[in-house]
Amino acid sequence: MTVTEIGGRQVHVDAEGFMTEPSEWDEALGTVLASNIGMELTEAHWRLIRFLREDFATQGETATTRRVATVAGVPTKEQFALFPKKPAKKMAYIAGLPKPRGCV
Amino acid sequence: MSAPIVPNFDDSADEGRKLAIICSKGNLDMAYPGLILGNAALGEGIETHLFFTFWGFDMITRSRMGDLKFTPVGNTATHMPMGLTPLPGMTAMATKQMKKTIADLDVPDVPEFLEQIVAAGGHLWACRLSADMNKLSDADLYEGVEGIISATDFIEKTAGAQLLFI
Repeated sequence: MTVTEIGGRQVHVDAEGFMTEPSEWDEALGTVLASNIGMELTEAHWRLIRFLREDFATQGETATTRRVATVAGVPTKEQFALFPKKPAKKMAYIAGLPKPRGCV
Repeated sequence: MSAPIVPNFDDSADEGRKLAIICSKGNLDMAYPGLILGNAALGEGIETHLFFTFWGFDMITRSRMGDLKFTPVGNTATHMPMGLTPLPGMTAMATKQMKKTIADLDVPDVPEFLEQIVAAGGHLWACRLSADMNKLSDADLYEGVEGIISATDFIEKTAGAQLLFI
């Protein structure tokens, strides 16, 4: 476990930089994480980030794009448009959650 | 203070990486490897092409894609006594069980999986020879299929791609 400074505070991250302590996250930090990977968040992005947070809180696992499509009702296509190329990983990173481990 | 550790989402590093998957089987269990790997590749931003040929044509044929079957006949990995596997009803039972197991894991059925792959930017291609053999045309195929193309066309489209034959 590594500690790094993001947005002026110390947070725990894994070797790749994904946060490992969901409780250290808040939306202000989410904005900084997004800018770290060159993204600016709109309300449409936030809707997904918030869903991921709520879903993780109840499921204990990061939602896959499939789950975001079926449970949050945001179509796959829209997820790729909002978080280009690697939607599952980018959403998880900004939401301060581990990478999804599901295959689908 | 050192720079924060940020995951490498360097999209440009994957620029040019391509994956070609040839789906040649029409059994339910053999449909999934290609769909799952293709979907995973798309989630990593990799340009992905699936080519459906021979028995794999069933995966994109409207009248059959929702009705692929799994049979334990000849499949020692089911660990059933092989003499029992050809009994009437066994294939139907095994298929039902596998479909349930897949659905319980929230993995989509074949038609929905194809829809997800297309939504993620995947490319579906039908094999010309298979279409001719089965006397099928575009109208018989899943609407997400981009075209019926020859083997040569597919090889051209996937120049430089990593390839999986399933």
